Amino acid sequence: MTEPAQPDPRVTIQVEDFSQDAVYRAMCSIPHSAPAVVATNVGAVVTFVGLVRDRNAVASQGEVDTLTLEHYPGMTEASISKILDKAEAQWPILNCRVIHRVGTMAPGEQIVLVAVASAHRNAAFAAAEYIMDYLKTDAVFWKREVAQGQATWVQSTDEDQSRARAWRQKS
Amino acid sequence: MTMVAIKVLFFASLREQIGMSELEVKAKNLSGLMQALADTLSVDGMAHLRAENVRIAVNHNLLEGEDCVFSPGDEVAFLPPVTGG
Repeated sequence: MTEPAQPDPRVTIQVEDFSQDAVYRAMCSIPHSAPAVVATNVGAVVTFVGLVRDRNAVASQGEVDTLTLEHYPGMTEASISKILDKAEAQWPILNCRVIHRVGTMAPGEQIVLVAVASAHRNAAFAAAEYIMDYLKTDAVFWKREVAQGQATWVQSTDEDQSRARAWRQKS
Repeated sequence: MTMVAIKVLFFASLREQIGMSELEVKAKNLSGLMQALADTLSVDGMAHLRAENVRIAVNHNLLEGEDCVFSPGDEVAFLPPVTGG
């Protein structure tokens, strides 16, 4: 039986759009403080937002109509938690967050947010990049892209795979 | 080992190729499950399931090529290659 997992406050899968500003302000605050208390040990916050593009390797400018993301509730959250655990084991992270949208999106829409707070910028930059690289290869999502009326399932690219591999060689 | 009822899930491209998203099957272990699926699904559908890049998760945990003895209510998912971000 699948055990009902305790939700990870660092990970959210949602259909709705998200506010980068709200997450940024949370990263500057002591985790779970309500009302928010400024975390004076945070010296660097990196936020990354991924957007849906209107083109890809085969579709030209403006040819992508929609991107639909599918996930496996429970396993998807767990796959992202694992990535965040590995990042937290490698860098002194004070706070981190992933918001990933599912459902159908149009070009220009926000699809994913990664945020990392640390004392110094090097850890925040590196951990955010690491998390994003592993979201491409290890997070349990599937992407169905419709371009000019034709649907295809998107796979991670060779570059995505080699970027994730490069982190394994570094650690 | 006795046969137990398990829930089988197919995602994304596999769901489209097989033509269904879930199925209840009785099986003792993974090889028994593959046999039961072969009795139910088309030859093409089985070829898609057996593709090298398809991963199998039991109760959200990926198998690494090992067999698995099922307990009642286990959830077995067939996952085509994933990508997020």
